[in-house]
Amino acid sequence: MAESRTSSWRALAVQTLLVLALAALAYVAATNAGQKLARQGIVAGFGFLARPAGFDIGQSLIPYAAATATYLDAFLVGLLNTLLVSALAIVISTGLGFAIGIARRSGNLLARSVAAAYVEGFRNLPLLLQLLVWYVAVRVALPASGDPAAWGGAFLSQRGLFLPRPDFFGWAALVPLASAAGLLALWLLVRASRRAVALGKKPVSVPWPGALLVLGLPALAWIGLALAGHPVPVAWPARGPYDIEGGLALRPEFAALLIGLSTYSAAFIAEIVRSGLDSVARGQREAAAALSLSRGQALRLVVLPQAMRVIVPPLTSQYLSTTKNSSLAVLIGYPDLVHVFMGTVLNQTNQAVEVVAITMGVYLTLSLATALLMNRTNARVAGGRP
Amino acid sequence: MTVENGSVETEGYVRKTLIPPAPPPRRLGGPLAWARTNLFASWTDGVVTLLILAALAWLVPEALRFLVLDAVWTGTSGEACRPEVVGHPVGACWAFIGEKINYLAYGSYPAAERWRPNLFFALLAFGGAWMLWLDAPKRAWGAAYLFLAFPVLAYALLAGMPALGLAAVATGLWGGLLVTVVVSMVGIVASLPLGILLALGRRSDWPVVRYACIGFIEFWRGVPLITVLFMANVMLPLFLPGDVTVDRLVRPLIGIALFASAYMAEVVRGGLQAIPEGQMRAALALGLTKTQALRAVVLPQALKIVVPGIVNTLIGLFKDTTLVSIVGIADFIRVLEAARADPRWSAPAVPATAYAFAALFYFAVCFGMARYAGFIERRLAAGEAR
Repeated sequence: MAESRTSSWRALAVQTLLVLALAALAYVAATNAGQKLARQGIVAGFGFLARPAGFDIGQSLIPYAAATATYLDAFLVGLLNTLLVSALAIVISTGLGFAIGIARRSGNLLARSVAAAYVEGFRNLPLLLQLLVWYVAVRVALPASGDPAAWGGAFLSQRGLFLPRPDFFGWAALVPLASAAGLLALWLLVRASRRAVALGKKPVSVPWPGALLVLGLPALAWIGLALAGHPVPVAWPARGPYDIEGGLALRPEFAALLIGLSTYSAAFIAEIVRSGLDSVARGQREAAAALSLSRGQALRLVVLPQAMRVIVPPLTSQYLSTTKNSSLAVLIGYPDLVHVFMGTVLNQTNQAVEVVAITMGVYLTLSLATALLMNRTNARVAGGRP
Repeated sequence: MTVENGSVETEGYVRKTLIPPAPPPRRLGGPLAWARTNLFASWTDGVVTLLILAALAWLVPEALRFLVLDAVWTGTSGEACRPEVVGHPVGACWAFIGEKINYLAYGSYPAAERWRPNLFFALLAFGGAWMLWLDAPKRAWGAAYLFLAFPVLAYALLAGMPALGLAAVATGLWGGLLVTVVVSMVGIVASLPLGILLALGRRSDWPVVRYACIGFIEFWRGVPLITVLFMANVMLPLFLPGDVTVDRLVRPLIGIALFASAYMAEVVRGGLQAIPEGQMRAALALGLTKTQALRAVVLPQALKIVVPGIVNTLIGLFKDTTLVSIVGIADFIRVLEAARADPRWSAPAVPATAYAFAALFYFAVCFGMARYAGFIERRLAAGEAR
């Protein structure tokens, strides 16, 4: 009894000391920073976001003009660019990674060895070095900027891929709304199908009606708007005196980053998939073969669904790493969040504390959101267990 | 077969005659049978095999030609590596690497003092070998040397200590492999003890300690390293009192140390969780205090099983050190980029040579460490199986 009382006193004392030490540290840091900022004449706070930015950004998903844009616009452009490259890289690396991971356990010796060589090669080289190489390779492979390749309104050169850009504002906002409705309908369809299976009924067919909903609804909205006299405005790229102007530009930096990020992450995903496949007992495969399922059917219907339980948790953290790794964009000049905000905006405004806090806050939020989402997926593939 | 009211009714089909014997398996041994099972098990397998063979038939001679056959081994300037001067297609320009090798190894470290980095590498190799060789004598002394004595020695040796007759060398002159190794070493030496403390803190019974550790770990794991490096660059000077300045090399070092320790903490936590709770209870029952039990019973076992995880984290750390080049530290990649920008060595083959050399270097180190982790893992598994 006496001992537990002294230990509880000790616990209280140590924890109080820790809190005080942390508070003191924060206080000293804050006062130092406050003094230095005051000396530099920097006003703390987020007011700078409304000030005009006055710099141009090479690639933007939303209309952005250097003359009128604010720092907040620059932030949004950077954030969207980060999300764009991360989302695409996640999709591509998942496909590639699953293919390579499955190839590592294929019956074909050559496929096995090539997959192993891929994984060892890409995993054991710094991503930064790979991006430098891809950047050079992409620029060498593209046609010279004076002589762009053109297909039906789109241009491709060393300056990038230029696509027509529809602007979804005003009436045209109906199109993205229709997309959202299509996705919602798809989700309801999947739920209905799953419920039917749970009740022992025939599952509702998902792939074709789903594709029709997701692609058809926005297309319908697009055509409907055109017929109703409010066509969606489209900005077409055109050859200007120096460069191709207008439209949506996807820069070579974007291509290099996307390829580098996807191929690098795919090596890690392949390892995750391989260890997932290894976790399924050999008897499952043999039983499937005994039921005269082909190797492909056995993989798709028996082995992979069980392997997913092992695959999903590390896959989550791999997706997060991919998103965080997209910040290496700053190396080759792709205007992602870090490049635009922690680079240019920070240099122009010197609002170090605010800029660092916002940027890190974005990544922390993304991490947290992905973790929550994936925990739910994980709970489902793990068969109801949390 | 149908089941009705508990009785089994067999379908009326019974074979009346013997089936003919199946033909013997075509071949069970020999190269043909081997090729059939491993390369041409099915039509698709055959197609995949032929495609891969075709790709290899193009890739391997091409790589061989670039790296060895058409490579230029001697020369004093880029002229030696120009196809129009040499008179045949040129592969890698190894003469370039040969001339720049000292710059790549030491950066601008004064030529007369280069024995100091060399001695540093030797001391590090000695300590590293002591720790990595599992049966080495007195490994506790090895750890004390590597984690306590070596950092002090290394600092005195590299930065200089006028009292001992070692002239001071500004960190701005350090570069190349030296900086890459220094950054990695600081990351390892700081992150291992800090990571162990954080992992223990995360499992502490004291809520304040636990939440402080969770917050610390999840914060660093949630943000990209590049934002940490930017933060260290711009915010560290802000937080320190008035005229205290931090060396430009030390800022990223602090960032990397904190970042790596969060990842190390999660690896160590995995090991701690793998130790059955009975070990702690048994140690307490023997009259050990909690601290003694942790130090003498739980931690040694936990650290032993996480050695592969630690080595994998170190591989990641080593690859991540390349990111310091983005914040202006002259690490291996940055001096390589500087070297290839040398106008005297402007030749089309030089960039590819530089990247090939960097790739071989990083691959050798990372693949070697990964092999070592695999070796330890197998050895531990064998120990468990006994």
